[in-house]
Parts: sequence; structure tokens; C-alpha cells
Amino acid sequence: MLQLVLFNVTNGLIIGAFYVLMALGLSLILNLSNVINFAHGNFLALGGYIAFVLTPYIGFWGALLVAPILTAVLGFVVERLMIRRVYSRDPVYSLLLTFGLAFIIQDVCRYIWGPNGLPMTVPDVLAQPLSQNLFFITGYRVFMVAVVIIAVAGLFAFLRFTRVGIRIRAGTLDLDTVAALGVNVGLLRSLNFAVGCLLAGLAGVLAAGQIGLNPNMGDDVLMPSFIAIIVGGVGSLTGTLLGGLLIGVAGALTTIVWPAASEAVIYVIMLVVLVVRPRGLMGEEGMLT
Amino acid sequence: MSATTAVPAPALSLRPWLTAAIVWGLLLTVPFWLPLVGGYTALAARVLVMGLAAMSFNLLLGFTGQMSFGHAAYFGLGAYGAGLSLKYLAASTPLAMLMGVLLGGLAGTLFGLLIVRRRGVYFAMVTVAFGQIAFYIAYSWNSLTGGYDGLRGFVRAPINLGFTTVDIANNDIAFYYFLLVVFGIAVGLLGLLLASPFGRTLLAIRENERRARFLGIPIERHIWLSFSISCAFTALAGSLYALLNNFADPMGLHYSLSGEIVIMAVMGGMRAFWGPLVGAALFVVVQDYISSMTVNWMSFVGLIFVLVVLFFPRGLLGMLQGRGSQ
Amino acid sequence: MITPDRLALRRRTLIKSSLALTALAAPPIIAARGDTPVRIGMVDPLTGILSALAASEVEGARYAVERLNKKGGILGRPIELLVEDSANDVGTGVQKTRKLIERDKVDVIFGDVNSGIAYAMSQVTNELKVFHIVPGGHTDPITGTDCKWNVFRICNTTSMDASAVTGELVRRFGKKFFFITPDYAYGHTLQESFIKHLKALGGEYQAVMLPINTVDFSATLIQARAYRPNVLLNNMGGLAQINCMKQFTQFGMQKEMGLGGALFELESIKAVPREAQAGTWAMEWWWDQPKVPEVGQFVAEFRKATGKTPSARHWFGLVAVESVRLAAEKAKSLEGPKLSLAMEDMPLPPDVALQPGHVFYRAGDHELMPNIFVGDVHPPQGNPDNVFTVTNLEPGEKAAGPVADTGCKMVHPA
Repeated sequence: MLQLVLFNVTNGLIIGAFYVLMALGLSLILNLSNVINFAHGNFLALGGYIAFVLTPYIGFWGALLVAPILTAVLGFVVERLMIRRVYSRDPVYSLLLTFGLAFIIQDVCRYIWGPNGLPMTVPDVLAQPLSQNLFFITGYRVFMVAVVIIAVAGLFAFLRFTRVGIRIRAGTLDLDTVAALGVNVGLLRSLNFAVGCLLAGLAGVLAAGQIGLNPNMGDDVLMPSFIAIIVGGVGSLTGTLLGGLLIGVAGALTTIVWPAASEAVIYVIMLVVLVVRPRGLMGEEGMLT
Repeated sequence: MSATTAVPAPALSLRPWLTAAIVWGLLLTVPFWLPLVGGYTALAARVLVMGLAAMSFNLLLGFTGQMSFGHAAYFGLGAYGAGLSLKYLAASTPLAMLMGVLLGGLAGTLFGLLIVRRRGVYFAMVTVAFGQIAFYIAYSWNSLTGGYDGLRGFVRAPINLGFTTVDIANNDIAFYYFLLVVFGIAVGLLGLLLASPFGRTLLAIRENERRARFLGIPIERHIWLSFSISCAFTALAGSLYALLNNFADPMGLHYSLSGEIVIMAVMGGMRAFWGPLVGAALFVVVQDYISSMTVNWMSFVGLIFVLVVLFFPRGLLGMLQGRGSQ
Repeated sequence: MITPDRLALRRRTLIKSSLALTALAAPPIIAARGDTPVRIGMVDPLTGILSALAASEVEGARYAVERLNKKGGILGRPIELLVEDSANDVGTGVQKTRKLIERDKVDVIFGDVNSGIAYAMSQVTNELKVFHIVPGGHTDPITGTDCKWNVFRICNTTSMDASAVTGELVRRFGKKFFFITPDYAYGHTLQESFIKHLKALGGEYQAVMLPINTVDFSATLIQARAYRPNVLLNNMGGLAQINCMKQFTQFGMQKEMGLGGALFELESIKAVPREAQAGTWAMEWWWDQPKVPEVGQFVAEFRKATGKTPSARHWFGLVAVESVRLAAEKAKSLEGPKLSLAMEDMPLPPDVALQPGHVFYRAGDHELMPNIFVGDVHPPQGNPDNVFTVTNLEPGEKAAGPVADTGCKMVHPA
């Protein structure tokens, strides 16, 4: 039994790591620009498809590096062309805009790559189980977790040590003051949006290797990512990180007792958090109202 | 705070009687002119149902200034409430509608308690998540709701008026007029509500929440009430949807439908009383038309969202009113 | 009745009188040439998760329509196929069905791949007395407890597929099964059917129900391994089915037990990586049948016309169109009740059945009785579409069992 629990905790962390990647990107954009990016799952799909196209030329490893960057560039362009026009308006407009974008990107993916799913092959090194005893941990899973750890560490370092990163954090707390200090807030938001899309693109490449490609591939991760943010506490990236891991592990542990409820449990956690601690695990009081 | 400044606050409508007369004139004569322009009765029925949903939703967005992105949940709960009632309780259409309204309205009232303190995008985000809970329950409770396959095995029952029976079960036109009567009553109630002191208070909250609070208005309670009422009316629309399809399915609670309800309200003009109905008519007709033309209709629908947001944020009626007042 | 061209004329006048906005709802105007065409309305989920299967069904139907139109159509009238997207949503599917019947005045309705939508559509077609063929929605009640006089189905029921595969799996691997089943109606029916047949063969089992969209199966696979079954039975659908198999192979479990399930489709096999191209499955039609000359000829012509190898879904679309022709010629009419009576016990000729044996629509439940192709899925051998080897042809009638067991009580209108 203990062994089974350990197995599932490991598993949950792997799934949670994936939610984290998505949720952090969403959270970044939400915190600085007050925009819920409904198209985030579609940027994930774009990342996956771009990697699929690039792999024959630059290999899986090259694609892993380049595809997220291209996704970020696309995100930057979309932000510059459309999303920044609605920052000053009622939030309903930014929601509708990203909602519409989600439709368009999904349809464009279907138009270009077809409605059929596409397999994405990962290098043989990654496809093998680690050992006979730990047969459920394939190289690819370990690799995914490693990439997520590196990405998350990179993100936190970026926010702490680079000038842009520090400005993003400052902007999250008080955008008016940051603007008054002469920072180009428009550009800051564009860059921030691009970083969010970079994370989505990376998640897309990783997901493509794990579950293959299809135009709807981002849809199923969007809701758990929302919940990770709400549970972790709006406004706190650390909270988002914890929230993602928590719902991942909770889902996996539920599989032991009641497999059919493994999806439901994350909603239950959200309800409990909202009733008991409305601002979320790490959320600051002020961010909510 | 999310109080909007982009759109000036107009009166409910510029020439309310004229607008209402045109709307009712068109709605009452649908079976006569619609086939001539290539429409069909089921399309008009859908416009009415979605129009009622969008108008109910707009009580919250347009007249209270709060943005729910999870209204499909209450729409869908209304549908399931009606379907379950017809299937398990009694073959009575009025009872089905009542049960739908109760289910959706009570769920909205309860969820509302947890979200009234939130504003702006956070309000939206939590409403989406709550909506997905309802979706999830309908989707996984196989024994009660039919799960992924949807709830089947019920049909709308004829209406017994005592002196005569209206056969809405087999007569499309009769069913359309039945929908129109329900729609009329619901819209009338919404109109009365908005004209009441309570409705005026909601407008005050929308315009300047802080000032309203200083005036001693219990903001949270008003938003909660507005949310609950809006959910109950949306649930009524949902119960009509179940009657229209003789079916209820989980996609009727999905957040993508919530998004469509929002765009209908915005597209028609969220500050105009009839705006959401006009938006629903435009959206439903355009979607129906484009999706017959091309498989890539999603791009066009997405484009509608983008274009409306970027270039027509005040919606159709909003623009007409703006022009009229200048 | 208003003929299409008169309608078009009136419509043009109306557009001129500045009602252009509402006229958006008008259909594409197709000038009627010669005879009034036979109109077939097809509703399928061209967008959403089932779109790949839907696209093939529509393509198959289009191919058959073109082929028939060259040979004089149906009852000497050309065929017109009107396709509508149900977007995998019941409300939309129902509305499109009403649109096709009310406005476009179609004679026949096809659809939907999604069983829930197919069922909801059948309520509408039944109410409006329109002949309805369900080419590819599998759930049992459509030709079982909820069967209707105007509804016929081409694809098998889930029970038929399960029944056909169970025997083969037991013969090859053994009688101890572990089920991984999605927790909804389709999964439940499938599992019950497997268990019924397994018990009849004296087998034992353990079963786990999972959410439909499960992505990660490790916990369940660990449990499965502990049970030491002869067969891991994967009842999941779509992406979950594929993920389950990938993880099964990644964990090296194929060395310890057999893998199988009810239904795999060419469209899905091609979408999965090599490690998931495995197991013993049922196909509802397969293109590689060297012993049947009509099939070879059809496959060659189809490839020439579309550049694709036909799948079971293409075949469903083709059979649907051809069945309307056969029934209409037999009934000398396109009226629903007459078509329905003509279809009952109607056999398909070899160039439509495209397989050996007697293929016919059973009168008792309106279910087509074709062969079920049981065999092994494997990575491509030579031809990229050569991913399945048939090991056994199970007659559909045997797999379906007697009509009494389906729960169908067919009632024709007076």
C-alpha cells in the first residue's frame, strides 16, 4: 500500500508539473495585464505543432528549444496587434478577445494539420522505462519533470535578477508607479505576455511527446490550470506552483481509492479552498476584491 | 475596480416604445416572413431561447457591471432540471420549467455567496470554474444525467389550459408561440425589475461602486441578488432549450457556451435593454449560415469576437443609440 | 410545395428590398437542372474531437453520390448531398436536422458519429416521419430499446464488437481479463457485453472505471499488473485509448499479457506512434481483402478519386448512400414508411457490401448484419495503411444475438 501511495505521489507530481507550466504562464499574464488568456491552451497546441514541423529538420532537441521561442514570438505579435488595445477597457473585452482567438487558433491548427491526431516521436533514450522495478517511470517522464524544474527555476530567476523581470514583478504590485518611473509599460506587458506563451509553447512540446498532437490538445489543461491559480491564490506565482502540484498529486492519490473521481477531486479542492480560505493558499488579501 | 468608463451611461433606450414595437412586431410574425428569407422555425426558436439567456445574463453584465463567464452552467442546469422533471416527476411542461428555474436559480444563489466579494477578471475566473463544476457533475453522474451521452427519454408535454389543449409537442408553430409567450413574460419581469428602485440601485453600483457604498448601499447583497435573479432567468431559458431539443446534454453547461452568451450581449449592445436579443439573433443566424458554408466556421465565429471587441465594443444598438443622441 | 428555383427568385427580390441581413440564413442556391434532385441531409461532427471520423464518413458519402450520379442517380433523379456540422453538440445537431428537413426539404437524413446526437436526431426524424440512417453512432439503444421504424444503422452495436473480440482473445491468450473502462454509458455497455461473453466462456476478470479523458494510466496499470491477467482490455476511446496503450507498451507490459479491445479505427491507428500500434481489435470494415475481387477494384478506384485508402468510416458513408438507392428502387418511392419497409431484410449486393457473405438489414431491429473483422494491429508493413491483419471474420448476426435480446420492439406507423 505504501508503495502504491509513493507511486501515485510521484505520478501526481509529474502531472502537476505540467499544470504548473501552464498555470504559471496564465498567472503571469493575469497578474500584470489583468487578462485571462482563454487562448493559452491553444498556444500550447501551437507550440506542439511547431515542434512537430521542426523536428525533421532540427531534431527533437532543437525543436524543444526553438518551438517555445517561436510560440513566444507569435504571442508577442498577437499581444501587440490586438490584446493591448483592450487593456484600458472593461475586462469583458479582453476575455472575449482571447476567447475568440482560441476559436481561431484551434481552427487554423485543424485547417493546416488536419483533424486527425498526429504522433510525435521522441528520441529512443527517453522512451524506455528507467528500471524494471520503477517500470512506470519512463525516461520521458523524468525528462518532463526535469525540464519543468529548469523552466520554473529559470522563470523565478528571470523575475528576480533581470531588469525586465523585476519590472514585471513591480508592475504586478503597482503598475501606475512603474509607469510613472518611466518604464515603457506597453512593452513590458508585451514581453510578459510572450514569456507566458513561451511556457505554454514548452508545455506543448512536452505534451506532444507524451500524448501526441491534435487541434483540441490544449482544452483539457486549461481548466486545471485555472483551478491551480485559484487554489494557489491569485497574485502569487509561488501559490500557483503549489496549487498545480497539489491538484496533480490529489488527482493521482484519488486514483487509488476511487479512480472515477480522480477528475472530480480537483473541483472539490477548489470549493474547499474557496469556502475555508477564499484568497487561496498563498494569495494576498488585497488581490481579491 | 471594473466600473466601465468606455461607454457613457444612456437611458435604457432612446425611443423605447418604437424599439419595443419593432421587436415585438418582428417576433410575432416570424412564421410568416421567416421561410420567405430562407429561415426555419427551429432557428427562430433558438434565437428566442438564446436571446432570453443573453438578456438574463445582461442583468448582471450590462446593468450591474459584473462579468460572469460561467452562465452556461445555469442555462444547462435549467435544461437538466426540466428534463429530469419530465422524465421522472410528471409529463408536465410548466412543472418542468419550474424545476429548471429552481435548480439553476438555487445553484446560482449558492455559488453567488462565494463570489460576490470578487470583482473584474477574478469574478469571471471563479464563475468559469464554478460553471465547470456543474458541467463536470452533469458529465460524470451517469445514473442520473446520462453522463457524456446526455439526458434522453423525455418529451415536452402539451399545455392544458382547461378549456383547450395546446399541442406544443408536435406543432412547431404552436411551440414557437409558446416560447414567445414565456419569453414575453420573462422579459416583462426583467424590464419591471430594472425600472424598480432595486434596478436603479444596480445601475448605481455599476456606475460607481465606491460612491454607492458610501451611500450605505449593501453592495454585496445587491450583487448577490442580481446574480441569483440573473441565474434563475438564464435557467428558465435553459429549460426552454431542453423543451426545444427534447434532450439535455453536458455541452449546454460548458464554458464555451458561456462565452457565446457573453458575446451575444456585447454584440447587440449590453447597455441597451434589447441589445442581447439583437446580438443573439445576429450570432445564431450568422453561425447557422456560416457553419453550413464551411467547415472552418470556427475561424469566422472567432473573427466575430475579435472584430466586435476591437471595432464595435458598444454593440449594434449601442452604436445606433450613440448616433441618435448626438 | 415551393421548388428551389422559385424560392431563389423570391429570395432575390427580397434581398433587393434590403432584407439582406436576414437573408444570410438562406441556403446556397443551387440551380435545379432537369429533374428535382433527391436530397440527402447529412449531419456529422466536422469540428470537435470526432472530426477525423466524421470527415471520412462524409467523404465516403460524397464519393458514392458522385459515383451514382454518373450512373443516373436514384430513380433517375440526381442526388444532392447537403452536409451540416453538428459541432459535436446535441443542440446544434438537432437544429441542423430540423433545418435540413424543414427548410431544405431533404428526403433522407444521415448521422451522427456521436451516438448521443444520433439519438436526439432520431427523435426529430421520427416525429417528422423522415427516413434516417445512422452510419456510425455505436451505442446499443439506437437499434435496441429505443429502436424506431424510420431509423436504420450501419455500424455495429458496441455489444456486437465486444462479442466478436472476446472469443478471439480467449482463444489466443486466456480467460483472465483486466478491464480499463471509461465511466459513461458507452463504456458501461461495452464492459457488460464483454463480461457476459467472457463468463459464457468460463472466464474471470477485474475491472476499473476511469474518467473519459484520463491522460495518465500508470496507477491503473500498476494495479493491472498485480492482478496478472492474460488480457488487458482497453475500453477507453479516442486519445485516452491511445495513451493507455502507449503507457502499456512503455512499461513493457506487452511481454506479460495480451492487449485488446472492441474497436479500433484506421483513422486512429494512423494517429498513434508505433508503440501504440498493437493489440487485438475489431474493425467494422477493412480494405485489404484479397479474396474479394470487388473490394480490390473499389479500393483502387477510391484511391484514384481521393488519394486515400478507404476506412470503415468511408465504407459507412458509401453504404448509407447506396442503401438509399437500393431501397428507393425497391420501393419505387422516397417516402419514409415505404423506404423503411423496403430496407427491412434487404441484402447488400457484393459491390456495396464489399465483403464475403450475406450482408443485410435485419428487420427486427434495423441493424446491418455485416462481418466483423477481428485481427491484429501492427506498425505499417510496406504500405502505410497496412496496419491491421485480419485473423478472423465473425458473422455479425452471430455476434448480435437474437433480436429478442436487443430489447427492440419495432412498431411501424399504421
